[in-house]
Amino acid sequence: MILIKGGWVVDPARELITEADVAIDGTRIVAVDKGINPQAGWEVFDARGLILTPGLIDMHVHLREPGFEYKETIASGARAAIRGGITALAAMPNTNPAADNQTVIKFVLARAQEAGWAHVYPVGAITRGCKGEELADMAEMAAAGAVAFSDDGRPVRNAGLLRRAMEYARALQRPVIDHCEDPDLAADGVMNEGLTATRLGLKGIPDAAEEIVVARDILLAELTGCAVHIAHVSTEGSVRLIREAKARGVRVTAEVTPHHFSLTEEACEGFNTNAKVNPPLRTVRDVEALKEGLADGTIDVIASDHAPHALDEKNVEYDLAPFGIAGLETTVGLIFKELVTPGVLSLPAAIAKMTVNPARILGVDGGALVPGARADITVIDPEREEVVNPEEMVSLGKNTPFTGYRLKGIPVGVFVSGSVLMWDRKLRK
Amino acid sequence: MRHLLGLRDLAPETIELILSTAEPMKEILGREIKKVPALRGKTVATLFYEPSTRTRMSFELAAKYLSADTVGLAAATSSVAKGESLLDTIRTVTALGADIIVLRHPSPGAAHLAARVEGCSIVNAGDGTHEHPTQALLDLFTIREVKGRIAGLTVVIVGDILHSRVARSNIWGLTKLGARVRVAGPATLIPPGLEHVGVDVFYDLREAVRDSDVIYVLRIQRERQRQAFLPSLREYARLYAITGEILSLAKPDAIVMHPGPMNRGVEIWGEVCDSPRAVITTQVTNGVAVRMAVLYLLAGGEVKHDPH
Repeated sequence: MILIKGGWVVDPARELITEADVAIDGTRIVAVDKGINPQAGWEVFDARGLILTPGLIDMHVHLREPGFEYKETIASGARAAIRGGITALAAMPNTNPAADNQTVIKFVLARAQEAGWAHVYPVGAITRGCKGEELADMAEMAAAGAVAFSDDGRPVRNAGLLRRAMEYARALQRPVIDHCEDPDLAADGVMNEGLTATRLGLKGIPDAAEEIVVARDILLAELTGCAVHIAHVSTEGSVRLIREAKARGVRVTAEVTPHHFSLTEEACEGFNTNAKVNPPLRTVRDVEALKEGLADGTIDVIASDHAPHALDEKNVEYDLAPFGIAGLETTVGLIFKELVTPGVLSLPAAIAKMTVNPARILGVDGGALVPGARADITVIDPEREEVVNPEEMVSLGKNTPFTGYRLKGIPVGVFVSGSVLMWDRKLRK
Repeated sequence: MRHLLGLRDLAPETIELILSTAEPMKEILGREIKKVPALRGKTVATLFYEPSTRTRMSFELAAKYLSADTVGLAAATSSVAKGESLLDTIRTVTALGADIIVLRHPSPGAAHLAARVEGCSIVNAGDGTHEHPTQALLDLFTIREVKGRIAGLTVVIVGDILHSRVARSNIWGLTKLGARVRVAGPATLIPPGLEHVGVDVFYDLREAVRDSDVIYVLRIQRERQRQAFLPSLREYARLYAITGEILSLAKPDAIVMHPGPMNRGVEIWGEVCDSPRAVITTQVTNGVAVRMAVLYLLAGGEVKHDPH
């Protein structure tokens, strides 16, 4: 038995925070109550002054294995998740080979099981090789454990094909997650189109490159009845389209990343390849719109879009560097810094975007810290401060634009299926 | 001065310093024996990842007139995917003993990246569509030489602003020194946001050149037609070529400039570029003087090899 004593327990579904003790037996939570007294042989964790939330779920992560193990492995990524306070993550299929068949899905699950860090939910590819040409064997992948379908990073260009994929996914009761980007409009752009790109002489990606595809996907969701999840929303216009679609009752959900609500295109100044990300960092106006979208519920989820790359890959000419930010280990701190502390979101509302909401969208366990639930718990110290230092990150990807940021509100403890994997900010095992 | 990466980050005083240093350099170019010992014992390496004849020759001559040793590497078609990374190449050339590396590269920001390597000064000789600072400096020098001043002049830059490093560097340099800058070109080739940096945007060339002091003509690339930035070079020429008639709309003493190489009959008419109003060959000569000034200031700026 494990007893976590004296923490503030967040119930994101009911927007409540109550002081309570949490008892865990094996892999399950057995009691959440005031004044639980430890019996002989119980392991007791003192959580006074700490926040206890249902285990955080990051529904957009790139683990890079198989194929790009020098960037990240399933084990290293799942471990970085724990340091970031994440107990479960959805792994995107753009590996090599792509997760476009049941064998790769089973491989990812087996590797994650072996690693024993965060739970890993594989996302299956929509099309073979994420090439946008033929449908992948979605039903077999769903049976093997794929929780959703996406060609993340490579939007499905052909609307007719995506329509069929959505019809198929609907029958499988799995959402389709889309990276919304019109390849002709984005062309070979490498940052937001606007003043900063003009100054730097870099090719821009206009807002419309994202919004046109968001609009298309909303219309296809309406046509097919499939649940569509818009990945990493970055523009004011996308927020508006999604808000309007939700008001009409379309089955659309959306996520935003911490970098998109924290940074603007100006982070690319000095040809900072660590701020090169797709979709690109936008403008202050977009950041404000994303925060409004979070506050009014238009944006359901916060996800890191953790995209680790090797140092040498980012230490090159800006236009040659790969897109992506390693975000697993800074997500919680940035949520506090940009959303909770300034009052954009209440603490339970912010936690909902990484617990109940992604759990509901993916149809997976979690989201509630209640008796009977799997004992996935994140423990956050709201007073702890840390300066982001890529050297201290345990992800193989050190590509963060937040180096030197002072973050307050740091995950210090993580329980996964009843095992303590981090306590007092120290990783166990 | 440690590096010359671009004019955007340069203080107006530094620009003035380079321009005034270029004056005695130009005097040297007029001598019978064009050689001074200022950079004796220094090594200037030219590293060109893009084809260029005039800029490269201009830098090499500038270095030679100052008695520096020069060495060149035409990395032309090499790419990161095929071989050595840019940073490794810069480290290698620095280790070979180069004091100054003159870098031409197709990627914006390549010179900024190269400047991260310790022990060598970088001169940006054009980085993609970002900056071409020595071109703008020689343009500023030429304008000041011909017009006597820069502040208060109206300069119109005509053509493909979007893809032009020359336009960008000139916009920063001209506005820092107090000129009014207009740009004119097809809407497809004007980058967004210029109005926020104090530049007036025109799509009508006649309106743009009215009462201007300097018409700066950019080279138009043929591939812009294929990329759908332009319907045709013919239509471009009809709307944006600098003809004698267009020139007559500017001030009577307005001058015409071009960074070269020119497409006669496309962006500029022979009647203009061969007229006394064109200062295009003066620009070329001044380029050597300005590059001598830049190399001189970089080499003299600080002690390179600390003896302990």
